[in-house]
Amino acid sequence: MTGLTGLVFASADTQFFINICITGLTTGFLYALIALGYTMVYGIVELINFAHGDLFMLGCFFALTLGGAVMALTGSPMATIALMLLATPVFCAFLNMLVDLTVYKALRTAPKLAPLVSAIGVSFVFMNIGLFWGGSQDVNFPGLIEERNLLAEDSGLQFTTTDLLVILVTAPVMIGLTIFVKSTSLGKAMRATAQNPVAAQLMGINVNRVIAATFLIGGALAGIASVIYGLKIKTIGYQMGFQNGLYAFTAAVLGGIGNIPGAVLGAIVIGMVYSLASAYIDARWATAMVFVILITILVFRPTGLLGARTREKV
Amino acid sequence: MSDPLHKDQDLRADDGPIEESQKTSETPLLNVSELRSGYGPIEVLKGISLHVNAGEIVTVIGANGAGKTTTLMTVSGCVKIRGGDITFDGRSLTGIPAHEIVKLGMAQSPEGRKIFPRLTVLENLQMGAFTVRDQVRVREDIEKAYHYFPILKDRQKQLGGTLSGGEQQMLAIARALMIRPKLLLLDEPSLGLAPMIVLKIFEVIRELNREGMSVLLVEQNARLALKIANRGYVMETGSITATAPAQELLNDPRIQAAYLGE
Repeated sequence: MTGLTGLVFASADTQFFINICITGLTTGFLYALIALGYTMVYGIVELINFAHGDLFMLGCFFALTLGGAVMALTGSPMATIALMLLATPVFCAFLNMLVDLTVYKALRTAPKLAPLVSAIGVSFVFMNIGLFWGGSQDVNFPGLIEERNLLAEDSGLQFTTTDLLVILVTAPVMIGLTIFVKSTSLGKAMRATAQNPVAAQLMGINVNRVIAATFLIGGALAGIASVIYGLKIKTIGYQMGFQNGLYAFTAAVLGGIGNIPGAVLGAIVIGMVYSLASAYIDARWATAMVFVILITILVFRPTGLLGARTREKV
Repeated sequence: MSDPLHKDQDLRADDGPIEESQKTSETPLLNVSELRSGYGPIEVLKGISLHVNAGEIVTVIGANGAGKTTTLMTVSGCVKIRGGDITFDGRSLTGIPAHEIVKLGMAQSPEGRKIFPRLTVLENLQMGAFTVRDQVRVREDIEKAYHYFPILKDRQKQLGGTLSGGEQQMLAIARALMIRPKLLLLDEPSLGLAPMIVLKIFEVIRELNREGMSVLLVEQNARLALKIANRGYVMETGSITATAPAQELLNDPRIQAAYLGE
């Protein structure tokens, strides 16, 4: 199973707990990048883009192929990582937008089930492209970053170079996204379109362009997640999109689908629950625990942790 | 801030409607001819014709479901033209998307207000100015909106969804004014509001018109609409069944019986 956990833990109870939390947090940050793509697209076109996890998977293969070529040419891991981090989001962004333009756009006014089923179809197409691209066996991602504990050995704590990479890349991306959505003209137009597309049109907002921008941004975030995942987990395969996509989608629902901070919070909760359940219960029960938590929270808060509690006044 | 409007309740007051004869030589600002449109298999508008001259307030009255909202949505470009044509400021609107029509100088305060519930009042107004590049002008226009509707200034940091119905209506109109429209489309601005607030809103509409804005007003409250309008159209099940200067419609016994409750 291509999970995100599996570090070696220290013996003492507290150290063990802290290490589990660090793992949970970095896992959560990674899921958050994918979850944001689900939640932003849902927020604006009310489509659960089931192909999103497989887009993330294709991003991993793109990064692998690109990384291999750049590494062979330059021999510099840093240059390779930098290029992967630049090109993979662009690849995923345009692929995501292309799918919107060719598949979902035509179904914009169709009943919601039509684009949903189409998204499942796109998911299978992507998975088969992945199969063709990478083969049916899991492939190793080059260990471009030396896995080294950054904390003193005698502390018993584990915070590795790849953990640092996850935080260093995802935190600024999420802060930047928040500022973008909150303050820029396009960001406000995205929120306006999500809240009332007809009114947005009447404001002179080109709704189709805003939707395209949303797919671009969601795709780019998945592309960033692809690179980080490859560098941290180091094993990729054509089926990885399904499971990771499902966790990320669950995170988006848990946080309140359509809500950007909610997706990040939901992802961190899921990363934590998964990590703690793996360590203290049984790794085989971890996935079940994630969904037990999801169901429990949705029973008490059907709109998710940060979802809008009430409908607007009419 | 002094009330620039007359204290008396007759909103038409002294300066009255502009005579139709003064206007006939001009090309209308908005001209709708033989317009057909609808949703899916349902044809709502069955070939309607109406026009708004520059400087006029024109009202379309009619019962629920007559097609008044569809008329405004088609004029704004949100519903596709299926037949006939709409010209605005000399340009045909057939095939022009809604967001481009806004740039030509037409704004709408839509049915049910459709304010953005999770944007603040200020952000709602900024959205109204989405097509305006000049930020100095946007700030001026926000101040002007607050002048028309002072309550919005007190509420500027509040989320749109937390406003009362009357405040939301004021916000919807103020938001539409942000592009300094040549033509303002208003869909049922009085719906569900207390009489005092309706009066306040209609006073503002008349003040805007005095400053030169043309208005196409759709209303179920026919008496109120005809009192501030120059001309009126009566709409029934997708067709225009009568048109006359507003005063004539007010005095028409058939209109009185059907729409004015007399």
